[in-house]
Amino acid sequence: MVKKQRVRKKKAEESYCLGIESTADDFSVGVSTFKGEILANIRSSYVPAEGGIHPREAARHHSEQASTVLREALGKAALKPADLSIIAFSQGPGLGPCLRTGATVARALASYLDIPLVGVNHCIAHIEIGKLKTEAIDPITLYVSGGNTIVAAFDAGRYRVFGETLDIALGNCLDVFAREACLRQKQGMPLGALVEKLAAKGTRLLELPYAVKGMDVSMSGLLTTAVTLLKKGKCRLEDLCYSLQETAFSMVTEISERGLAHTEKKEVLLTGGVAANRRLQAMIEEIAREHDARFCVVPSEFAVDNGAMIAWTGVLAYTHDIVTPINQSHVKLRWRLDEVEVPWIG
Amino acid sequence: MMPQLVKKGAEASLFLADWHGRKVIIKKRLPKKYRHARLDEQIKTYRTVHEPQLMHMAKKAGVPTPTIFFVDVKNSIIVMEFIEGKQLKQVLNNVSSLERQRLCKRIGELVGRLHKQGIIHGDLTTSNMILDPRGSIVFVDFGLGEASKELEAKGVDLHLMRRALQSTHFAFAEECFNSIAKGYASVVGEDAAKDVLDKIGDIGKRGRYVTRREEDNGD
Repeated sequence: MVKKQRVRKKKAEESYCLGIESTADDFSVGVSTFKGEILANIRSSYVPAEGGIHPREAARHHSEQASTVLREALGKAALKPADLSIIAFSQGPGLGPCLRTGATVARALASYLDIPLVGVNHCIAHIEIGKLKTEAIDPITLYVSGGNTIVAAFDAGRYRVFGETLDIALGNCLDVFAREACLRQKQGMPLGALVEKLAAKGTRLLELPYAVKGMDVSMSGLLTTAVTLLKKGKCRLEDLCYSLQETAFSMVTEISERGLAHTEKKEVLLTGGVAANRRLQAMIEEIAREHDARFCVVPSEFAVDNGAMIAWTGVLAYTHDIVTPINQSHVKLRWRLDEVEVPWIG
Repeated sequence: MMPQLVKKGAEASLFLADWHGRKVIIKKRLPKKYRHARLDEQIKTYRTVHEPQLMHMAKKAGVPTPTIFFVDVKNSIIVMEFIEGKQLKQVLNNVSSLERQRLCKRIGELVGRLHKQGIIHGDLTTSNMILDPRGSIVFVDFGLGEASKELEAKGVDLHLMRRALQSTHFAFAEECFNSIAKGYASVVGEDAAKDVLDKIGDIGKRGRYVTRREEDNGD
């Protein structure tokens, strides 16, 4: 039996943005109204058979899954393609082949439907969806994921980076360690979550290098030491996971607190894939309390890479006169968030 | 005079107090509840011991720092001279371009003196520099510092200075940094300065997303 799909009656004043996210291992499509109501957020993750993300393999997954995910998102939102007002896509930063796949889908849709295209900075989208979902207004943000570790806050027209990693990202550090420990990723269960589970059973704090440099952190030495200890085989894996988390999270919490003390913001927002970690949440909540700031954490559905955040940020940009002509829609692999003007705040 | 909280920083609280007739700053590192107790103890102790040592070394290198009067490692307390004046963070935004360049060149000279003696400040920001009424720039907060003659450490130190300028004085960050580099070179020598500046370039490129690293080959 074919279930008749409910089609939303398009009211004159209602406008919708479809957002496409494809910076790394996830292909996701989200739909947002111009008022910030998220109608759909569908994701398909590429899970490598072994090792980390292979950019071309991930891109292949994205192109194979694109039409299914798109159709599912429109179905969930109960919209026809013709109901869409704009198409937003993740223009960077990220892995080239993955970004290009998403960009190609976005361009095709925008030209076919003859509606505006909006290129969105992935990092800014993580902050904006966090603000939307937690009702934060002007937070200092700790954005932690597999590719990024950034402390940022808005000042004079842009998000400014107050602290960041000097080498690898927090999520990357946890993932690489997990893979070295032969933990296997499953659909819907990221490696970081496996480390978190093991860490909860850890009891002994092992000494690992703690590297805070000014407002920045360095994680590569920490990872190397943890992996070396692992290979020696004299420590319990649970204790290693526990110590790795305690040390790495203390480092990012310290620079977040420095950013908070420096900017004197009244809200602290935790966003990005690693934001789902309970131990990290507890630490950031503690510094927020210490400085009389409100602790905000993005709900886990919107913590990982998702199309909804791209859709919503696309709305913000478009309603402030930002559109991306197709001939300027090339992807930007290393697009820093502090290069982007954000006219929707201020 | 009762100790009076003047600044609640991320790492420590600063109290203004009277100490045997002197106006002093009492820097107290507070326990961080988010950290594992043992990790917290290690970090606090390490920093409380190293900070006064580095400040003393800096003084010997010809860089003004507050005089240390008393250190209590067990309670993570440092008692030091109170420096009258204004943070350079506030000064830099409100002076003429020429004066700004002069001040930045001076900062560069002082950083050069530190590095020449193997002292890494670890947190070079304009909030950690005070312009005293006599016009001297006094460096404070060596809590994240270390003794090192490594090119890497010097590079990171100045890289952080540049990043701090970009986030707090974005309108003239590059102008300031160029003046700092000039002052730095005048102390350590052109060749040594070039090595460090090249290193800063390398360090910047290590970051995850840096447009400079290579031309994006978008489609």
